[in-house]
Amino acid sequence: MEQCKRISDKLQISGEVDSNALGYEGLVDRAIDGNKQLSILVSGVHCAGCIQKIESSLAKEQDIKSVRLNFSTKRLAIIWQGEDEYANDLVKKVESLGYGVKPYTPDIAKEETKLQEHFLLLCLGVAGFAMGNIMLLSVGLWSSSSETMGVATRDLMHWVSAIIAIPTIIFSGRPFFRSAFKALIAGHTNMDVPISIALILASGMSLYETMNQGEHVYFDSAVMLMFFLLIGRYLDMRAKGVARSSASELLSTLSGFANVIEGGNKIKRIAIRDVREGMIIRVASGDSFPVDGIIKKGRSSVDTSLVTGETLPTDIQAGDEVYAGTINISAPVTIEAIRVADDSLLADIVRLMEKAGQSQARYVRMADKAAKAYTPVVHSMAVIAFLGWWLVGGIAPQDALLIAVTVLIITCPCALGLAVPIVQVIASGKLMKKSVLLKSGDALERLAVIDTILMDKTGTLTVGKPVLQGEYDQEIMQIAVSLAAHSSHPLSKALNNAYKGNYLDIEDVQEVAGKGMKGKYNGKLVKLGSHSWCANNNDPSSSDIELWLSIEGRSSIKFIFKDSLRTDTVETLSKLKKQGLDIIILSGDRKEVVENIAKECDISKFYSEVTPPEKFKIMEELSCKGHKVMMVGDGLNDAPTLAGADVSMAPGTAIDMAQNAADIIFMGEKFAPVYETYNIAKFYQKLVKENFGLAVIYNIVAIPLALAGLVTPLIAAIAMSGSSIIVIGNSFRLRLGK
Amino acid sequence: MSVLVYLIPIALFLGLLGLGAFIWSIKSGQYDDLDGAAQRILMDDDISINKPDDEKN
Repeated sequence: MEQCKRISDKLQISGEVDSNALGYEGLVDRAIDGNKQLSILVSGVHCAGCIQKIESSLAKEQDIKSVRLNFSTKRLAIIWQGEDEYANDLVKKVESLGYGVKPYTPDIAKEETKLQEHFLLLCLGVAGFAMGNIMLLSVGLWSSSSETMGVATRDLMHWVSAIIAIPTIIFSGRPFFRSAFKALIAGHTNMDVPISIALILASGMSLYETMNQGEHVYFDSAVMLMFFLLIGRYLDMRAKGVARSSASELLSTLSGFANVIEGGNKIKRIAIRDVREGMIIRVASGDSFPVDGIIKKGRSSVDTSLVTGETLPTDIQAGDEVYAGTINISAPVTIEAIRVADDSLLADIVRLMEKAGQSQARYVRMADKAAKAYTPVVHSMAVIAFLGWWLVGGIAPQDALLIAVTVLIITCPCALGLAVPIVQVIASGKLMKKSVLLKSGDALERLAVIDTILMDKTGTLTVGKPVLQGEYDQEIMQIAVSLAAHSSHPLSKALNNAYKGNYLDIEDVQEVAGKGMKGKYNGKLVKLGSHSWCANNNDPSSSDIELWLSIEGRSSIKFIFKDSLRTDTVETLSKLKKQGLDIIILSGDRKEVVENIAKECDISKFYSEVTPPEKFKIMEELSCKGHKVMMVGDGLNDAPTLAGADVSMAPGTAIDMAQNAADIIFMGEKFAPVYETYNIAKFYQKLVKENFGLAVIYNIVAIPLALAGLVTPLIAAIAMSGSSIIVIGNSFRLRLGK
Repeated sequence: MSVLVYLIPIALFLGLLGLGAFIWSIKSGQYDDLDGAAQRILMDDDISINKPDDEKN
């Protein structure tokens, strides 16, 4: 409902705008067979009802060929036959249903991961098919010997296995071969190098054995190995699927249109990136400022909480400077652009985030560390086996090679490849049930080792909305609320939320920009607004967030508001402190306010009135001193710090940009998820280490057997799947725990 | 053992059939919107294109 109201607001204010020129005609694509296609992002879609409402009402429109809403990506694709301009009507139709619409800019990075995910799934499917069929033959081979089966039959089965396995390994092994090749070219090694070598050698040697009617044929083990590893790889990919987007892409999520006034009073909608310095722009109330600018005409108040963290709106009038991304609250204003989108404060923040993103890429994942230690050991073991048997043991080089390859196959990091992704998937599933969304795969690994937490105040420790404090007289309350109902100022809304009852009829209600509301009740003038406007001069002003009501002929009344802490903030913080974590509050808000909150939370370290770059610097300094830092924040002012910290969390109410920058998102009114996630991360760390340990124990048992040349294809297959199943089983303990 | 001459190709054919179905399901975008599929099952009717007359709302 609110959405609908806001849209009608906009239409009213920008009455002189050509209502057809929403600007979407420029975004229309040609689809096949001459149809037109439009992709838009729809916000506010929550359930099947929403899908049906949007799809069925668009499907009733003329000339529509197809309409499909992707619930996961919230992307609506409409295909129709006709003019490009029809796009605007369709967009309006969606808006009139009460949903927000944003232009969808195809994001190449995301398309790329989508394609890779498909590719891995395809490889996995092919490997699964091959494994099933080869196993069918292998069971026969394992359960009988060449004496009972006959050499010809055995060789036939080997050949059929070879025909299935070799194309499969060439096809489905590509993810490993590519990554191994890349690593080798760059002069280092990763987990995929021993995997690729084992796959190639196992299939090559098995082919050689098959041709020479030998019995050491490992096609089944090779394909099974690949299948298990692909499962791990696919799970890993899924965990990373919603990973951190690049900062430049974030800028485009804030893209949209600006209403530029040209030649007197004609208004034209143009894309924000095309706005030039000196252009005159009209900003309706409720809209955000598209670029940095100076107010030319109009008085209003601006909500800067996204950029500075300030709780209360600031009054602005002609001559004041406003920043892109802040929201114009009370009245339409006209601004002159002084910095274009690329130079705005917003762009500065984005650049800071880009820098932050690069610094974080240096983190080495546990699996990669394990691979680094593992690869040389395995390779030298195989070489020792080969040289040992050939030179010392005195057997033929072919037979020695056979043993060396068996060592490689049996030590192949199958369990290692599953150790991390499987725990990751179970952990993210468990967190999902607690309404915590894990955005990057290795976030938990990084969370488990932190020692310092930086907390934003507004919207993170606190609810982010002012709440009325204390009790007030019923009649006074009624008058104040009836006036406040006409305004969309946050304090008016807070007053409204605190009141349940009937409204009074107040006449001549007017909003006085930058001051408050006034009206006539029972013939008397009533005013609701700032201290300077409503209070008598001798009424004391305080540091609280306050709103004054004056009624003609009576003394004025003060309403006090507070942005209160979340219900469980104090408890959660004390639990975190008990774990030995250092907690620091960083806020852009005034010192008194931050000090009060810090006292309430029993936290001694806090910084107030810090700008976004300062927040980032504090974080950087801590990192330089060797601390592992987590940032928890929700605003644009936190975004660079969120992106740059070792790990970061944002509440679900955070702005898009902060959510994009954070690794973990927690939903709901409570603060406890921060602690719960930390706990799960600790357990996650423990399980991953155990899994690595299990993989090592398995190798300690299996390697001597392989070195001794005692491993048959059956033992290889059992060892391989056995170790994987043990690792998977151990990981499921995360599900059982608490 | 001569029965293997029939059984192995039959097994392979059935396997390939399954693989073919899997590849088709990837290509036709059935893995693109897993959350949406879970929601759509709750919708009463299929949405019909271009029928402006029924139940105008």
